[in-house]
Amino acid sequence: MKKWKNLSSKTRSDFLTYTMVIVAFIVLRVLSAFGMLSNSLTGLLVPLCAYIIMAVSLNLTVGVLGELSLGHAGFMSVGAFSGVIACAGMESFIPNPILRLVIAVVIGGILAGITGFLIGIPVLRLRGDYLAIVTLAFGEIIKNIINCLYIGIDGSGLHFSLISSADLALENGRVVINGPVGAVGVQKLSTFTFGFVLVMLTLIVVLNLKRSRTGRAIMAVRDNRIAAESVGISITKYKMIAFITSAVMAGAAGVLFAMNYTSLTSSKFDFNQSILILVFVVLGGLGNIRGSIIATVILYLLPEILRPIQDYRMLIYSIVLIVVMLTTNSEKAKLFIEKQKAKLKEKKEKGGAKGE
Amino acid sequence: MSKYVPIPSNRMLLERDVGKEPVLETHHLGIDFGGLTAVDDFEMTIGQTEIAGLIGPNGAGKTTVFNLLTKVYHPTRGTILLNGKETTGMDTAAINRAGIARTFQNIRLFGAQTVEDNVKIGLHMHMKTNIWSDIFRLPSYWREEKKAKESARELLSIFDMQDLAKHQAGSLPYGAQRRLEIVRALATKPCLLLLDEPAAGMNPSETAELMDVIRKIRDNFHIAVLLIEHDMNLVMGICEGIVVLNYGKIIAKGTPEEIQSNPVVIEAYLGKKEEA
Repeated sequence: MKKWKNLSSKTRSDFLTYTMVIVAFIVLRVLSAFGMLSNSLTGLLVPLCAYIIMAVSLNLTVGVLGELSLGHAGFMSVGAFSGVIACAGMESFIPNPILRLVIAVVIGGILAGITGFLIGIPVLRLRGDYLAIVTLAFGEIIKNIINCLYIGIDGSGLHFSLISSADLALENGRVVINGPVGAVGVQKLSTFTFGFVLVMLTLIVVLNLKRSRTGRAIMAVRDNRIAAESVGISITKYKMIAFITSAVMAGAAGVLFAMNYTSLTSSKFDFNQSILILVFVVLGGLGNIRGSIIATVILYLLPEILRPIQDYRMLIYSIVLIVVMLTTNSEKAKLFIEKQKAKLKEKKEKGGAKGE
Repeated sequence: MSKYVPIPSNRMLLERDVGKEPVLETHHLGIDFGGLTAVDDFEMTIGQTEIAGLIGPNGAGKTTVFNLLTKVYHPTRGTILLNGKETTGMDTAAINRAGIARTFQNIRLFGAQTVEDNVKIGLHMHMKTNIWSDIFRLPSYWREEKKAKESARELLSIFDMQDLAKHQAGSLPYGAQRRLEIVRALATKPCLLLLDEPAAGMNPSETAELMDVIRKIRDNFHIAVLLIEHDMNLVMGICEGIVVLNYGKIIAKGTPEEIQSNPVVIEAYLGKKEEA
């Protein structure tokens, strides 16, 4: 207990975040082992993990770097489809499905990272609203490119085309990505445990980054550009680092997401998807990683939990959104929360004094 | 106190700094904003251990000079030599790495961060970790973080602020924020420290303490200081050389005694004697 008190408040907060995720995982595992989870809920667990990673990684761009990005689903899309292709390509020589999934996640992450770098070159010259609009456009471009992409595989390797699946000239092969129909015949490799591991990895990356020299530089750029430059921090470099890291994690989330379905279209990763993730981030609090996780879990599972009152569930979902946004932005509500916190602290201190 | 003596190139230096490369030398420095000439023909030499002052009425272009020296603005004319080297083509970050650190007239702290983190951000260029050691917490991360923490505490102790290390920078009183900015600038290990109105908002006893600290900084860190200030007690008390600016042009240069008795300065800066 004493050691716990000696840790800095930030370390304690990080530790709490890890513990929360681990406990949630164990509880869900136990519940599903006893058959207490409905089928539909079980089916939501992998996408939930993917959305948590998306929200945490977007929080790195929006909350920690302070630049509004509206094209985050674009990186998810790049990861998802490159992961599907990589998996199909490895099928013949890597029989182990888990190893294949891991390699696919790495490839998806790297390709999304490269896309992030390329997009970052023009985008990071802009600020504020302009940056948001350009990221939005890039998200749409990625969606539309994949929409007319035909990729097939046969004995001689991968075939690409932008015209039609017949143009691939496959010999005894199969089509992996079929233009607007999207990825077809995807193997369901993702598991909840794998999703959990990826979530933990994402958390380690983002939380460790935040509490380090690199993270401090990123936040310095966010808080005061001119001051950051005046102490020798290169603005472009640190914006790029945050943007690429965020893209890599979105790519990994995309692979996890894609490998949970048998087919997948690029329209799944449209503007609405980007906004949905942004809602998770804003609701959870900008720069607050734990908040992003909690917001994602609640908002993603809420429609499912409300299924018994089918007719009203979207209504309740919207009302919850409005209420949370209003309370987190109202001075009175904040004051109330602060007071409750102070009271709690007082009680704790009293208890501590008695204990000693 | 050291005397001013002429050096070749028709400039003056403190006697103790003669024979050493001046830390800063500007030649015909100037900038235009559209048709407006904000600073023109700015010539200044600062020796390695000099405390110099830059004064002038409001709007004279003092802060613009600071922004030119740190490349927030790129000069329209003239050159800046830092330790004898040209700074053409450098940006603000590169200037800092080359040795100029500054504070701001309107405080620019990282308000949401702790006091200690502000200083650690100042130490950024002197920490030897990269993104991989940061993410995976490699041994170099722990070593550098520990070193940074110790240096931060040590730097904060200049102003007796080590107890405030865990406080949020934005919540500090005004004077403490100004001092923290100086600490952050010092953390970058400069050879020339630019202070933009360091005593603004401080009471007389705080100002007196600040004067001692500025001298202490010069002596302990072996650096030169150039400061903009309206508090004449501070300027006349610690500056060895003073440059007076009015309407973007230098109207006088010299020791505090010379400046105080210069009729041009009195007229431009303090108003005419009869009126006063």
